[in-house]
Amino acid sequence: MSDGTKPAAIKIVDLKKVYGTGVEALKGVSLTIAEGEFFALLGPNGAGKSTLISVLAGLAIKTSGTVEVCGVSIDENIDKAKSFIGIVPQEFNFNWFETVIDIIINQAGYYGIPRHVAMPRANELIENLGLADKRDTQAMKLSGGMKRRLMIARSLIHEPRVLLLDEPTAGVDVELRRGMHDFLRELNAAGTTIILTTHYLEEAEQLSREVAIINNGSIIKQGSVKSLLANMNSVTLLLDTVAPISTAELQLARALPITRIDDTTLQLKLAPGETVNDYIRKLSTIGVQISNIRNNGSRLEEVFIDLIQKD
Amino acid sequence: MALQTTKTMSEERAPILVGFLTMLRKEVTRVFRIWSQTLLPPVVTTSLYFAIFGAFIGSQIAKIDGFSYIQFIVPGLVMMAVITSAYSNTVSTFFGAKMQRNLEELLVSPMPDWVVIAGFVSGGVVRALLVAILVLIVSLFFTHLIIFNLFIIFAAAFLTSLLFSLAGLVNGIFAKSFDGISIVPTFVLVPLTYLGGVFYSINRLPPFFRFLSLGNPILYMVNAFRYGFLGISDVSVTVSFEVMIFVTLALLIITLWLFKRGSGLKN
Ligand SMILES: Nc1ncnc2c1ncn2[C@@H]1O[C@H](COP(=O)(O)OP(=O)(O)OP(=O)(O)O)[C@@H](O)[C@H]1O
Ligand SMILES: [Mg+2]
Repeated sequence: MSDGTKPAAIKIVDLKKVYGTGVEALKGVSLTIAEGEFFALLGPNGAGKSTLISVLAGLAIKTSGTVEVCGVSIDENIDKAKSFIGIVPQEFNFNWFETVIDIIINQAGYYGIPRHVAMPRANELIENLGLADKRDTQAMKLSGGMKRRLMIARSLIHEPRVLLLDEPTAGVDVELRRGMHDFLRELNAAGTTIILTTHYLEEAEQLSREVAIINNGSIIKQGSVKSLLANMNSVTLLLDTVAPISTAELQLARALPITRIDDTTLQLKLAPGETVNDYIRKLSTIGVQISNIRNNGSRLEEVFIDLIQKD
Repeated sequence: MALQTTKTMSEERAPILVGFLTMLRKEVTRVFRIWSQTLLPPVVTTSLYFAIFGAFIGSQIAKIDGFSYIQFIVPGLVMMAVITSAYSNTVSTFFGAKMQRNLEELLVSPMPDWVVIAGFVSGGVVRALLVAILVLIVSLFFTHLIIFNLFIIFAAAFLTSLLFSLAGLVNGIFAKSFDGISIVPTFVLVPLTYLGGVFYSINRLPPFFRFLSLGNPILYMVNAFRYGFLGISDVSVTVSFEVMIFVTLALLIITLWLFKRGSGLKN
């Protein structure tokens, strides 16, 4: 831009999407995502995440509102806007009979990249995503995790400035997920804006700097992961007890913010400012000995559940 | 998983040209790869027509405008094969892509709608023209070929394959199930083709049916094509080309509009 300010990677204003069935999947979403960002879009099933991504990628047609991709409005030049985007959709969407390399090379062609230019890059992507020995295998003969990696390779063949990933790690095992995370981090560090949806909140917590929480077609919270965590109302911890908890002990602990999960597990809700020490001490005076303290899943998950329930 | 960004990619891209060529290549490969489904059936069917109507029954039928019956029906039968091949090619590639969702690969790309349309249509046209050549070769076993005007032959075959490729695409866009892609061919295309002057000259029909036949666009294609071979036609060749061009343009506009609206393609 002439004034030196970079346009946002994604700029959405008051975006609405009503499906033919009458379902209002997006009810006026506004969202700005800076270039170079690693952004997570969180929300329960049916919140509108895939719908939002589909509108950005040109797979669904918006009902109203405006969308800009790297400063290009999709109403003015949708084809140019699309050229900046790479998408890994939630559902597999390649031709099952085509081979891995053909799928990627053809996609390059659709983006205007000739075969001889695309081939080295495709081979490199296949290599980097651990699909080298499946290069000439038909897509239907790949495992679920391989199919997902194929879609990632395909989405990157034209070097998109913005990568949209709709639940990229669904059905991917722990080790592979870690590898994928590293891959995405490197990609982001090299300058690609990444927007991902996920149901694994620890994934969002580990990868992204910014998150938006979407529920029922509206964004109910947006901010940096840090700020969301800082505003947490409470921390939930799981306490393993040495011996099974008796009813008498539970009676005595009634006044404490404690609930019994099972015979040897208690859940403790810690308000801001409170310390674990206080409660451990109180518990031990009752006679409950704690052998282990665990975090109840991801901290972001708690913020998330808290917000969704309030909404 | 290290990613080294190759900087050879930043050169100018050509989604229109390269995109179209990629689709064309894919389509042509498909036609040849499954030739037993794409090229063989029309050749077999048409050979049967040649044998039964041309050689066996035709020998007992009087000449039409000075040509033997088999000579009269060869252009019409070729056209029939062109129509079915073009139509079924786009309807099945498009519908297949829609069902397997790999249509989305095209929809997310920066290819303009008309390029995607051209890509699908190219498959239908290539297959139809290949079938036309094969069927004409087979016809040589039954009769000899007369060529009156090669340009008209080519133009009529090309326009017809274009027209029915577009029609197949429209069908594929509207189709929601496998039934939806067989209804039109069975209940519209086949009857219109049989009644489109492939087997007879409409001049021999009673006036009412002759008049009715004039409303059948396939009549014009068959006659234009036959004119290219034999130099005879039931209708004005100029009108025939006007009809073909008009219907093709109409279908093109409909297809473009459907793509723009996204109905049957996008949500
Ligand atoms: N093609 C469609 N036609 C009609 N309604 C749809 C369509 N796709 C999604 N919806 C509806 O729109 C709403 C949002 O769906 P969407 O797929 O965007 O949710 P999501 O946040 O991606 O959910 P998930 O986490 O399960 O993937 C839901 O109510 C869904 O039923
Ligand atoms: Mg989804």
